Amino acid sequence: MTYASGTVWTIIILLGVGTFLIRFSFLGLVGDRKMPDWVLRHLRYTPVAVLPGLVAPLVFWPAATGGATDAPRLAAASITVLIGWWTKNVIWAVFAGALTLYGLQTLG
Amino acid sequence: MSSTTAKSAFWLGLRAGAPFLLVVIPFAVLFGVVATEAGLNIAEVMGFSVLVIAGAAQFTAVQLMTENAPVWTVLAASLAVNLRMAMYSASLQPHLGSAPFWRRVFIAYTNFDQSYAVSILKYEEAPEWSVPRKTAYFFGAVSVIAPSWCAFTFVGAVTGEAIPDSLALDFAMPILFLAMVAPMLKTLAHLAAAIASVAFALLLAFLPSGIGLLFAALAAMAVGAEVERRMGRP
Repeated sequence: MTYASGTVWTIIILLGVGTFLIRFSFLGLVGDRKMPDWVLRHLRYTPVAVLPGLVAPLVFWPAATGGATDAPRLAAASITVLIGWWTKNVIWAVFAGALTLYGLQTLG
Repeated sequence: MSSTTAKSAFWLGLRAGAPFLLVVIPFAVLFGVVATEAGLNIAEVMGFSVLVIAGAAQFTAVQLMTENAPVWTVLAASLAVNLRMAMYSASLQPHLGSAPFWRRVFIAYTNFDQSYAVSILKYEEAPEWSVPRKTAYFFGAVSVIAPSWCAFTFVGAVTGEAIPDSLALDFAMPILFLAMVAPMLKTLAHLAAAIASVAFALLLAFLPSGIGLLFAALAAMAVGAEVERRMGRP
């Protein structure tokens, strides 16, 4: 990395301010106004629309293997989803996923 | 009475947020280690975790900075990774939008993946909760996660030693996020949205980091809403 220290701080501060404005956007500016039904209908699906897409490339093409699909990681991801869906419990799902990954890596 | 319920909501939030330390701590240590190895000093590493508080975006920025990318590219890519938080902000708005201004400022500052996921899960379970109670719950969840994020970034930056690859910590984040999503797959519409999200994200993966995800998420929200409209409200 060859940035001047000032440049590094510029990046950090602008990223901090930009991130805050993104997070504040609707919460801060729309305030108390009621949003129309069709907006709410879309917003109900925000978490299930964002989080799976965020992790999908990391599951199928993990950086740790140079982007090659990795059977233990794929299995761990599937077990995590199955156990999470079945038990409705985040911690059990994490535990099952981690156990699968470490188990298969030890065997492999 | 109402301050009692707010107090208990704070503790409920704290208890719901605490298990996420299992993932936040290693993730924070990892960021400290990676950013230090990339050549940032401790103040700069801490600057990231305190001012930005957004794991994925921080990793994105440090990765691009390692490649000496132009400043605007670093900012654009990292902010794009964070654009999903505009959707979090919008999705919290019906629940917390009428909270006092400074509380909303603080909620916005600490509105990251884990605090959002913990809170929205509760708000959907208990939509009848009052705004102060919902706010207290959010603060409770944040009260353990946010300070730990900063403290353990510091631990990582100071120890600085590489974590053995065999620990596969790169996979902590995918497992955590999948574990958060799975219990939300309550209806066909939720399932359809999740599948669409994965499919579009993979199809659009050639786009710069964050941009593909944004389009995939918008498409997946539309899929969820449309399935709900056709099936009737679940």
